[in-house]
Amino acid sequence: MDWTELIFKTIFLIIIFVVTLVVAMYSTYGERKVAAFMQDRRGPNRAGPFGLLQPLADGLKMFMKEEIIPLTANKNLFIIGPSIAMTTALLTGVVIPWGGTISIGGRIFSLQVADLNIGILYVFAMVSIGVYGIMIGGWASNNKYALLGAIRAASQMISYELAMGMSIIALVLTTGTLSLHEIVSQQHGMHWNIFYQPLGFFIFLICAFAETNRAPFDLPECETELIGGYHTEYSSMKLGFYLFAEYINMFISSAVIATLYFGGYNMPFIDQLGLSMNTVTFIGTFFFFLKIFSMIFLFMWIRWTLPRFRYDQLMNMGWKGLIPLAMFNIVATGIYYFFTELK
Amino acid sequence: MVFLFYMLSAIMIICALLVVFSKNPINNVIYLILCFLAMAGHYILLNAQFLAVVHVIVYTGAIMVLFLFVIMLLNLNKAIILRKSTVTRVSAVITGGIFFLVLLAATRQTFEIHAKYPFASDFGLVSGIGKVLFNEFLLPFEMSSILFISAMVGAMMFGKKDV
Amino acid sequence: MQNLTNRSKMVSDKKMTFMEWIYVPAIIKGMSITIRHFFSKKTTISYPEEKREFSKVYRGQHVLKRDDQGRERCTACGLCAVACPAEAITMRAAERKPGEENLYREEKYAAVYEINMLRCIYCGDCEDACPKEAIFLTDRIVASQYERQPFVYGKDILVEPFDLNLRIDISARQTDAVAQFKSVKRYAHNK
Repeated sequence: MDWTELIFKTIFLIIIFVVTLVVAMYSTYGERKVAAFMQDRRGPNRAGPFGLLQPLADGLKMFMKEEIIPLTANKNLFIIGPSIAMTTALLTGVVIPWGGTISIGGRIFSLQVADLNIGILYVFAMVSIGVYGIMIGGWASNNKYALLGAIRAASQMISYELAMGMSIIALVLTTGTLSLHEIVSQQHGMHWNIFYQPLGFFIFLICAFAETNRAPFDLPECETELIGGYHTEYSSMKLGFYLFAEYINMFISSAVIATLYFGGYNMPFIDQLGLSMNTVTFIGTFFFFLKIFSMIFLFMWIRWTLPRFRYDQLMNMGWKGLIPLAMFNIVATGIYYFFTELK
Repeated sequence: MVFLFYMLSAIMIICALLVVFSKNPINNVIYLILCFLAMAGHYILLNAQFLAVVHVIVYTGAIMVLFLFVIMLLNLNKAIILRKSTVTRVSAVITGGIFFLVLLAATRQTFEIHAKYPFASDFGLVSGIGKVLFNEFLLPFEMSSILFISAMVGAMMFGKKDV
Repeated sequence: MQNLTNRSKMVSDKKMTFMEWIYVPAIIKGMSITIRHFFSKKTTISYPEEKREFSKVYRGQHVLKRDDQGRERCTACGLCAVACPAEAITMRAAERKPGEENLYREEKYAAVYEINMLRCIYCGDCEDACPKEAIFLTDRIVASQYERQPFVYGKDILVEPFDLNLRIDISARQTDAVAQFKSVKRYAHNK
């Protein structure tokens, strides 16, 4: 790795960082708009044209709020909790292939920060560390509702990680690689994995909802039972970090779903157009973001449609529904490939 | 690389010591998590990315979460210093000492192993581990999975009153 | 019990069929409903820019009328205060001094006239009770305040401006039918 490569990667990393934050910021706006539209309302439209400055106003409000740390809380852990949530949410973005390759001044750069040969597992590792943010924050608040929320979050995430992992195993059986970059390039030209792994996609989608604590799986923070769940005692920007981390997680998991099942930055019939490489990459990245945004819309659509699960329903579905289904998917995929490879 | 190695080792040793000496159970668990993360860093230094990530997923992401879970549920919030009898202390020292001796002996043997199997840079990758696991160590691997299933069934038996 | 509507369903805990158990058809149905609402017309009105149409006889903030020569019509007879079911109106009468004929129409006038807008229920009984056609309810909205005290409206807010162009239009509330009704002296409140 030489200096130009390093400089490019650094700049690209900063761009990803900023884009992630901006998308997460506007997801809050989008969420409120979608919720309003589905309830025949108009949503935020006062701050700026169409209310586009609303996220800035919300962020400013978060910063200006009084910062309260409860007297009985464990101060260090209370601060560490939201930091972990935010950090792990942001860390996942580095392995996602955001686009093809571009050439700047005769040199070719790949629009991916790190092409790990275990990219999927890296995403998994970050997701599994992400639980700590919620657990530590919930415990450090020294509040029974926060603790209950933290415990719910932990058990929910552990339960759904299993089914998620199994759906990924079936996917890996079809692709034969763990690298996200290769998975995307294999899906070139409408060979999207969703056509080969529809059941796996279904399971992965449900688990992604559960892992990001989105409705109908938002039990860790359900306000009707637990006030605010793990962030009951949080205020100011620390609360903002938790809420923000949720939206970043949503963005990242949408990106992962788009990468794994919807062909990433691939666009059908792009080869026939005969464009230059940079244009193709640009269109590909645009398409990738289009896919991500439709996934985010799906997240919101489902959130404002379905009521929350009851806790026992959640556990039943995870352990008795999704895990056997995922196992069946693995076995079926394995049998299929066993017989097709034999020929 | 050498600098990274020493830094990770220092983090690991300090965290391991803090696991032992810290009074608050939650802090113990968190130091252990840090220790595991540093260990994953060591794996990456050895080019064993697969091992590193699996280590993070399994140990940091699942087992330590369960540890934390149990401690939170038991609400071992305050440092509980139990008074131990002299017999317990002596036996603890003896057991610990013996275990230390075993570890020392095992570490001494690593030099021979290292001479016999030279370092292969692709060993910690998916294909390397998979080949070893499903050829050379197939039986222990399957045995351990049977062990896990029996443990799970046993836990179910304990957990449910009427099965 | 008799059903109030014929849309009610009896609740039963019968075993769910397979299609119900997997929930997917129900979820798709729900999502189709929400997406239909997503594109449907919104019922909210962006208030300060667009306003809902008011009823012609809307009863809002009161006005104390002046006559054609700009003299206050109110004579502080107190009928409105008596008629008020919420006891929102208080007043203190004073005698007109020589030289004030261009200010007050009759010898007696209200030196203080206060309506507590927090008590007022906007029933319009005061305007029915008024024999001098001095008080009317208009289609103006009472502005919100941060404290209670500013809601006690005095004469400075209630009396309409002297300038003929700035007079408050109350023609909607003073139709011929109303005038005819008020002219019948048999009715108790017109005496």
